[in-house]
Amino acid sequence: MGTEEIIWNAIAVFLTICIFTFLYKDNPFYKFAEHLVVGVSAGYFAVILYYNGFVPKLIVPLRHGEWIYIIPAILGLMIWARFSRKWSWISRFSLAFYIGSGTGFAIALYMQNYVIRQLSSTMLPVGFTSWQLFSNILIIIGVLSALIYFFFSKEHTGLFGRTAKVGIWTLMIGFGAGFGLTVMGRVSLLAERVIFLREYLLELKYYLYLLFKHGLSL
Amino acid sequence: MKKFPCPVKALGLVKRKTHLFTPLFFLTLLLVSKAIASESPAEISSSTQWFNPLRINVFIILILFFTFVLYFIQRAKKGASLFVRRIAGLDAIEEAVGRATEMGKPILYISGIEDMDNLQTVASMIILGNVAEMVAAYDVPLLVPVCLPFVVTVAEESVKQGYAKAGRPEAYNRNNVRYLTSEQFAYAAGVNGIMLREKPAANFMFGSFYAESLLMAETGLSTGAIQVAGTANIHQLPFFVVACDYTLIGEELFAASAYLSREPKLLGSLKASDLAKFLTMIILLVGVILETLGVTKLTSWFFVQ
Repeated sequence: MGTEEIIWNAIAVFLTICIFTFLYKDNPFYKFAEHLVVGVSAGYFAVILYYNGFVPKLIVPLRHGEWIYIIPAILGLMIWARFSRKWSWISRFSLAFYIGSGTGFAIALYMQNYVIRQLSSTMLPVGFTSWQLFSNILIIIGVLSALIYFFFSKEHTGLFGRTAKVGIWTLMIGFGAGFGLTVMGRVSLLAERVIFLREYLLELKYYLYLLFKHGLSL
Repeated sequence: MKKFPCPVKALGLVKRKTHLFTPLFFLTLLLVSKAIASESPAEISSSTQWFNPLRINVFIILILFFTFVLYFIQRAKKGASLFVRRIAGLDAIEEAVGRATEMGKPILYISGIEDMDNLQTVASMIILGNVAEMVAAYDVPLLVPVCLPFVVTVAEESVKQGYAKAGRPEAYNRNNVRYLTSEQFAYAAGVNGIMLREKPAANFMFGSFYAESLLMAETGLSTGAIQVAGTANIHQLPFFVVACDYTLIGEELFAASAYLSREPKLLGSLKASDLAKFLTMIILLVGVILETLGVTKLTSWFFVQ
């Protein structure tokens, strides 16, 4: 690790520790790290949007004579009308276009990926002759009861309510498993950060040893 | 006389000793080579297609679903009473607003980290409008930190309309709808800061959330605020269930907008989705029976390429 890397990693270590101090309580170090990350990321994203969105999706096509891109440019400019109290209503056209087109695309995709594909994958053979066939029964009971839980046109009472309860239990079992899995992932993130801190300290110790041994010529 | 070895057998394509496949093999080779020759790069041309016939099943199902939606919207518009069962988490919103009024503290509304092309964010904005309407009546500050620039515009509009509906447009404070940053964890850090420093009495988290969900819900829990959350991102639901007082699970988030607003269009969609679910259950049961009997036609019809 060179001097430059030692300095940059020192900043990373300092900011990591600043964030970790939140475990005690809110304090100036956490506030500093929080404001820094929010500010830096906001600025960073503005530049990213300019170079990854504005330039390749508007400037470049217009330079190539694709004048159709004038339409989204105008829609984008209309959003700026919000700065005026008198003309702010103009921005609603852009909003309506964006929300309408986005929702239109999303509905077809949701239907395809979250309904039809799931439906096709749940049409499983059932039986008691093998463990696989038996577990298919559990899957189908779980899916049907969970679907009943999400019925909003009928009050959850009587047999319907009891089936919905089976549905919510199924969901909770799934959530429990998901929770455990994700927490394990988070613990590995923590472990990675602790390893980073430990390795930095070891590298720093070695660097300081060389520094004292060979002088400031490093 | 030495027999000519069967090429099919020699290549290990079939294990049978018969040479009946030999002419068939050569014929296949001939056809394949012709097909390859005819598909030389110079002859292939592609063009934009308006319709993908491989997804005709998705098209039919969508048409059917939209027919249900339009039918129920018409019914709702004609004044038919469309019953929607009580959703516990939504009743808690009013309770939380009341609590914030008593304590004289603000309310925090978080709309997730996805843009307006996500259905969850759209649903969240409808709920935000209703929350704003409730809040306006009680004169409690409503803080809306937003992750994406475009959502800020829609959030401003929703809150403004909510205040206008409540008859108090002058109470709307534009500065309370704030853009923080588009970076996921920086946004989470910013929201956590607001929770710790402004100490809202109620935190509402409705929309599309990812890994930041627990960071925010956990901080909100530590400040003692009432928390109501809702998302359709199944991997984040466990965190909300653990850290929030009430959680809207999956479709309840979309139902919430209809439940709160009672708008015919939203109620119609909700009823249509209920009917679609009922039909899905029937198709599923039929499919399971057919699969068990070894008939796979229904399953393959629903297969999406």
